[in-house]
Amino acid sequence: MDTKKNARDRWEEAYAKKEERDIEFSTMSGVPIKPLYTPEDVEGDFEEKIGYPGEYPYTRGVYPNMYRGRLWTVRQFAGFGSATETNERFKYLIENGQNGLSIAFDMPTLMGLDSDSPLSLGEVGTEGVAVDSLEDMERLFEGIPMGEISTSMTINAPAHVLLAMYVVAAEKQGVKPEELTGTNQNDILKEYIAQKEWLFPPEPSMQVFKDMLVYATEHMPRWNTISISGYHIREAGSTAAQELAFTLSDGFAYVEAGIEAGLDVDDFAPRFSFFFNSHVDFFEEVAKFRAARRIWATVMKNKYGAKDEKSLLMRFHTQTAGVSLTAQEPLNNIARTAFEALAAILGGTQSLHTNSFDEALALPTEQAVRIAVRTQQIAALETGAANTVDPLGGSYFVEALTDEMERQAYDYFKQIDDMGGVVKAIENGFQMHEIAEASARYQREIEEEKRYIVNVNIHEPQEEADVETHRVSQEVSDEQIKRLKELKQRRDNEQVENCLKAIKKAAEEGENTMYPTIEAVRAYATVQEICDAMKEVYGTYRETPVI
Amino acid sequence: MAETIRVVVAKVGLDGHDRGAKIIARALRDAGMEVIYTGLHQTPEQVVEASIQEDADAIGISILSGAHMTLLPRIIDLLKENEAEDVLVFCGGTIPKEDISKLKEAGVGEVFTPGTPTKKAVEYIREALVRS
Repeated sequence: MDTKKNARDRWEEAYAKKEERDIEFSTMSGVPIKPLYTPEDVEGDFEEKIGYPGEYPYTRGVYPNMYRGRLWTVRQFAGFGSATETNERFKYLIENGQNGLSIAFDMPTLMGLDSDSPLSLGEVGTEGVAVDSLEDMERLFEGIPMGEISTSMTINAPAHVLLAMYVVAAEKQGVKPEELTGTNQNDILKEYIAQKEWLFPPEPSMQVFKDMLVYATEHMPRWNTISISGYHIREAGSTAAQELAFTLSDGFAYVEAGIEAGLDVDDFAPRFSFFFNSHVDFFEEVAKFRAARRIWATVMKNKYGAKDEKSLLMRFHTQTAGVSLTAQEPLNNIARTAFEALAAILGGTQSLHTNSFDEALALPTEQAVRIAVRTQQIAALETGAANTVDPLGGSYFVEALTDEMERQAYDYFKQIDDMGGVVKAIENGFQMHEIAEASARYQREIEEEKRYIVNVNIHEPQEEADVETHRVSQEVSDEQIKRLKELKQRRDNEQVENCLKAIKKAAEEGENTMYPTIEAVRAYATVQEICDAMKEVYGTYRETPVI
Repeated sequence: MAETIRVVVAKVGLDGHDRGAKIIARALRDAGMEVIYTGLHQTPEQVVEASIQEDADAIGISILSGAHMTLLPRIIDLLKENEAEDVLVFCGGTIPKEDISKLKEAGVGEVFTPGTPTKKAVEYIREALVRS
């Protein structure tokens, strides 16, 4: 051994003599990865940048004890055909001790369409429950005490209508808005960027968001007003860094909207929550979650002057990456999902949805869902991952990657600011273009075999596997359309017309649209009638597709 | 084939999952085809109208909403009604295996499931159009 050289030099020399595998050592975001990380790769002060869980800047977690106190919540998102079927399922869950319900709406409802619209053909009740009017919402919660449960509603463009329905359905049970707990996704910006279920152009959509935020801040103090979502941005093909950057910049845009609407940042920011994707590039995901918490706390404090600690805490839900699932040899997706779940756990998620192995083919079967839930239970109870807080904190590699994710996010914030903000950037197609580029680059890397996906471009299966898939019946659709027709004959249509006029008037005059929407819902105006009335004032969004 | 192949790539259904549609549109374009991407939320009527107006050789449908058994046969029927059944229809998306043979019986040329390399779609279109 040459004692004149230090260990590092000796290692570098030794490494240089060894062969490397012929692949690209980089993350999915394209961050080059060095063969080894050392203390030299971690910049900055430990206390300031990494510190302690439950302490600013929350890099290591939002609570002091994290999973040593309470494990993350297993939160599987699911949809059922009709309101009655879903109601039965809800009652079953409540009887079995669950008090948090989650509503998946069908595609027409998400698009502000009624079940009888020609555009709804083949999609009524297939991927979630069909809700056309207050009547459906009442049926959903029949016999369920709305003051005692919390409800998560995955709804965005027409969120104000569904929230109004929830409020009125509760009122009919004698439950006041201030008693209601739950969340609605209500993140319209990511719809333009990725999920593409929109109604109005971005500017008026932000006005509707403000109306809801002001209403909920005043009347629904226990309601989580928004779940700012990166999940869909990632599913649309973005990198981890883009998911981080675009989600947080959306978050800041909502904060600014609240301030513009005249609210104090600490009156509404504590009710904001987040929703991220967990993809298969393990360490990059962990770094992304850690960076997200640090950025949110730092910007909320320094830029928006938040003082309440709750405004600084980024609480988030995570779902494993649907886009990472393969149709070839679907059982292998169980392994992918397990790695992704572990990344979310080591990233400090508050709740987690694990995908089922058959979801590249169809909605999951019961057996597949059970395996997905078991995967979380194995992670929680067998792996030891929940035994200490932020186990990867202090890893030279993970800290360096966390810094890199943070750096890329701030870089994007600057580009978006220079364009005049998130809405302007969306109008320029900026985020969509960046995502399309990243998505195409990734696909090219796969096809050029610079990256591998097992059983897609390497170890390809000899035979196509046969798996049983879940089927949805057509009856739900026919039944729903029939009920809607009957409702339209039975209700006071003159009153409906007047209510719709009142919504248009409020929209035209810049009054809060939540109040007339609540009245329209009470008169059994449908989702589409209300949305169409608002489109008359606000216009309809048309995307210029970016390929 | 001397002429450039013209393909309408369309996203039917109300969901916004357009990553696949965009990737295939780009791959076909990079392979030298003329690609018309319709954008999201297209009805079968709109897709067929676009393919006739654009004098397309093929239509690529991306569908992930589960409504493939309703919407794809509808497109095939509309093409027949408009005497455009020579237009090749292929599709990609989340489609269970047992539906693939049914879709092919209904007149869909090929069905690509998630993870299929884009070059397979390119090769398929070239070969299928030479045959016809």
